[in-house]
Formats: sequence, C-alpha cells, structure tokens
Amino acid sequence: MTDTAGLTMERKSGATGAPVLEVKNIETFYGAVMAIRGVSLEVGEGQIVTILGANGAGKTTLLKTISGVMDPEKGKILLDGREIQGHDPDEIVRLGVAHVPEGREVFPFLSVEENLRMGAFTRRDDGVSADIEMVYSYFPILRERFRQQAGYLSGGQQQMLAIGRGLMTKPKILLLDEPSLGLSPILVQEIFHIIRRLNAEQGVTMMLVEQNAKVALKTAHYGYVMEVGRIVMNGPTRQLMESEDIQEFYLGMHGETQRGQKRWKRRKTWR
Amino acid sequence: MEIAQLLLGGISVGCVYGLVALGFVLIYKATESVNFAQGDLMMLGAFVTLQFANTAYWGMPFWLGMLMAVIVMAVIGYLMEALVIRRLFGQPQFAVVILTIAIGFVLRFIAGFIWGHEPLTLETPFTGKNMTIGGLAVSLDEIFIIATTIVLTLVLYLFFARTKLGVAMQASSQNQLAAYYMGVPVKRIHGLVWALSGGISTIAGVLFAARGSIDPNLGLLGIKAFAAAVIGGFGSLPGALAGGLIVGIVEPFAGRYIAAGYSQIMPYAIMLLVLVLRPNGLFAQVQSKKV
Ligand SMILES: Nc1ncnc2c1ncn2[C@@H]1O[C@H](COP(=O)(O)OP(=O)(O)OP(=O)(O)O)[C@@H](O)[C@H]1O
Ligand SMILES: [Mg+2]
Repeated sequence: MTDTAGLTMERKSGATGAPVLEVKNIETFYGAVMAIRGVSLEVGEGQIVTILGANGAGKTTLLKTISGVMDPEKGKILLDGREIQGHDPDEIVRLGVAHVPEGREVFPFLSVEENLRMGAFTRRDDGVSADIEMVYSYFPILRERFRQQAGYLSGGQQQMLAIGRGLMTKPKILLLDEPSLGLSPILVQEIFHIIRRLNAEQGVTMMLVEQNAKVALKTAHYGYVMEVGRIVMNGPTRQLMESEDIQEFYLGMHGETQRGQKRWKRRKTWR
Repeated sequence: MEIAQLLLGGISVGCVYGLVALGFVLIYKATESVNFAQGDLMMLGAFVTLQFANTAYWGMPFWLGMLMAVIVMAVIGYLMEALVIRRLFGQPQFAVVILTIAIGFVLRFIAGFIWGHEPLTLETPFTGKNMTIGGLAVSLDEIFIIATTIVLTLVLYLFFARTKLGVAMQASSQNQLAAYYMGVPVKRIHGLVWALSGGISTIAGVLFAARGSIDPNLGLLGIKAFAAAVIGGFGSLPGALAGGLIVGIVEPFAGRYIAAGYSQIMPYAIMLLVLVLRPNGLFAQVQSKKV
C-alpha cells in the first residue's frame, strides 16, 4: 500500500483550530508482543476521524491505549494539549475521553436507565437528567425500554445504549470501536445516521474504528489506515475513497486481472 | 409448639449463616475470588464489639459499641483488600484463596492473643430475656436477630438499588471492563466491597454472640455459611440469605428427628444435593437478574 505518511500534517476538513486529541508515536505491548508500533494521529474538534484496518491490525489496542485501559511503553497522548498517557482510566474519563467498547459491553443486569446513569458516574453536575433526555431523543427505543435490563436488548439496541452511555460522560472525544459489528445492514445505516447527526447537531468529536470501510468513509471527515500496528495511509475520506488500494482492499471493488494478481500477493503478507 | 420453637431457633441461626454467606457472595461477585476468612471476620467483629461494649472492657452502650465495631471492621476489611489482596492482582485465583485462608489463621491467632481462648459472653440488652407471643416463649435475642437481619437486608437492598455507589458496585461486578470504561475506580470499589463485607460480618458476629458465647474458633462456622452460599447459587444476594435460612432451619430438625450427629453434616449434604440437582444453585434463575 502507498505510504503517505507525509500527509499527516495536512489540514483536515471539518477541523477547527487545535486538535482535541493528539497521539504521538505510541508503542503498546501485550507482554512481549508489540501491538502498536509507533502510531501518530490527530483528531480536530468537531471532526469524525476513522481508523480502518483488518482483523488484528491493532485498532482496539489503540483505543484502549488512548482511554488508559492499557498503557503505552513509549510516546505521548495529548488531550487538549495535556498529556494523559499512563493515567488511570477513571481519570481519563473525567478529563473527557469516552470509550464505547467493541462488543458493546453493557451492564446486563442493570436497567437501560441505570446503564446511562453509570455513564455519568464521574460527573458531579446536575445536568445528568437533561442529558438522559438528550440521549433518549436520539435513541427513542431506549426511552421505551428504560426499565428493561440491558441484557435483554437486541444487539442494535445494546449498541445504541453503549453509545448513549458513552455520551453521558460528556466527553470531549467519543471513541467508537466497531459500532457496526454484528448488525444488519439496515441497522448499520440507522446507527451511522444517528452518529452523523450527533456530530452535526451536538458537535461531538469522534474517533471511529471500523472494518466496514464503506460506511466509515461515508461518515468520517478524515481517515487513517492501520496494518499490523502501523498507520500505512491517511488522508481526507474523499481522497481515501478514490484511492485504488482502499477501493480494492476495503471497499471490495474488484480491479482488472493484473491487480487481482497483486492483491493475491499482498494477501499473503496480511494477518 | 416444639416445632415452632425449633423453627424460630433455626431461623435465627439461619440469619447469621445468611449474613456471613452474604459476605462471601459480595466479595465473590465483585472480585471473583472467595474470601475464606469471612467467618474469621465475623469472629473478630464479635470480639471487637465485646471490646467496645462489655463492662469488663470499655463499657460503651451496646448499640454504640456495635456501631463502632462495624466501622472498625469495615476499615479493617478495606485495608485487607488494599494492602494485601490487591498485591495479588493478576495472580491465579487459588493464590487469593490460599491467602485468605492464611489471613483467617492470623485473625484467629490475634483474637486468641488479645481475648484469650476461653469462651466469652457478649453483654447485650437481650441475652437471656424472654417474652411470650401467643403462648410461645420467645427469647428476645431471637427477635433481635431476626429484626436486625430484616432491617439490614432492607438497608442493603436500598443501597444497591438506589445509591450511585451501590449501582456502581453492581455494575463493576457485572462487567468490570465496562466499569473501567465508565470511569469507575474499580480497585477502590473492590476495597469498599471488602469494607461492606467486613461490616456485615460484624453484625453477623454480634447476632451470633447474642445467642451464646464466642471464642476464636467461632470463625469455623464460616464453612457452613459457605455451604449456604453455594446452596443459594453463589452469585445471588437473596440466594445467600435463603441458603443461610435453609441450613439454619434444617440443622435443628435433623438433630431432633434424625440423630444428633446428623445435624452437623446436613449443610454439606444439602450442598452436595443442590450441586448435583441444580449445579447453579437454587436461585440461579432469579439471581442472574438481580444482585
Ligand atoms: N489480550 C491480548 N493478549 C495478547 N495479544 C493480544 C491481545 N489482544 C489483542 N492481541 C493482539 O494484538 C494485535 C492487535 O489486536 P487488536 O484487538 O487491537 O486488533 P483489532 O484491529 O481491534 O482487530 P479486530 O478488528 O479483530 O477487532 C493482534 O495481533 C492480537 O492478536
Ligand atoms: Mg478490535
């Protein structure tokens, strides 16, 4: 894939002023295994930035490192210019990073509303009830089910709850890990429509990890492509959508035979 | 009449078992490890209350002494988690189990050292007093035990259902990772669960002491409470209480109608039966929905 790391510093569409989140050259390990191998990126205020990549590329590990569930061995993570790497997750939540984890991870035996209130656990202000109303206005089904145990919700509803719960922390940046996972195409459309609305109407800054490149590129302003722990390509999503490699590997558009050959060779190096 | 008496006695002992079982389940649900020092915490709680309240010691009013003991034991529970158990974070579960067994020995030793090995009696306002309800002679300590258990259960229910901290404790026991993501300080929550468990054990110890004497080996009763917790499903707070009541009620009847020796093995016999017939415990269904 073309290495376009030189584009990193390019002005991004949607960004206004200084970045909310800056990741500088971080390395994260599982024991001796290096899962993140020197990743740098930034997310501007009001932007949606997507991270694309195949299974095992390190997308989830990257998000865990940002939210403090894992600590990087090297590198810096800046939130509004302030270093947050190595801090405890509860402190990072307080500072304004919300992580909507892969696989939703709702609290199964708490009610929908209790799940949302858990999102506000670190908050001391009295705007919590108003924010629950805001979440319900975007996800009306959650209002209907507010007393039901979250474990009984469908997958799509649980995803909505996980996003709502993340919003309840009142984040400066919302990290979304594969919100499309295991959902029907219609539900994916529905959820991403709401994600776009949240960004446009509430100004929520987001980092969106996805394997569903099509919908992610349509939603985000800027994108990074990850492969085995590294960023191998980045750019405004419009530009990425036109890239042949992206079309071939992520959007599943088949090129001519000669490219098919090339693709097979590349596949072998993939993990 | 005799049956009613046996039943009442069984219920009151069952309350004690149930509360100790509650301590087991609380810690297990929150931290996924079993605290085998639970019974010894109960023993220590009873002695600390005695230290505060008995006239031969510091002679505080009974209720104040009990309150002080609950606070002291909650602090001890918190510190045990924060200073000892937390060091084993990431180690295999059996390491924690062995450690808690060792802590139990240490607590028994300390209690023997401070209060001696002779049985002592906690002075309560109820001990040895009786009243008659509908022709049935009821001892006041039994009423005290049952009433205290009911009140404590209600308080705990409200705590878990209504307070932010209580809901956060439920949340971190249901999905620890997600609790981290929500900014819940999970380690501190674990400490607080140990504190809660220490406080509850103390009340259990006082209730037990209201019926008879205490000595440093009282904590071995924790094994019966463990059986009660397993019968109740080892994951359900109402189940723990119910399991305690079942064990408490069956014991005196087995002693009376089968043979004296049988009452001792009944808790374990029931536990085995439950494990064979309903491996998840009697309250598996109900329990998985509520804490
Ligand atoms: N708990 C773990 N212990 C050891 N290695 C791990 C662990 N979790 C992930 N890894 C490894 O780290 C690498 C990155 O994993 P990660 O989960 O971040 O990938 P991902 O891009 O999120 O993948 P997916 O799209 O499947 O969610 C993989 O090679 C994976 O095998
Ligand atoms: Mg992942």
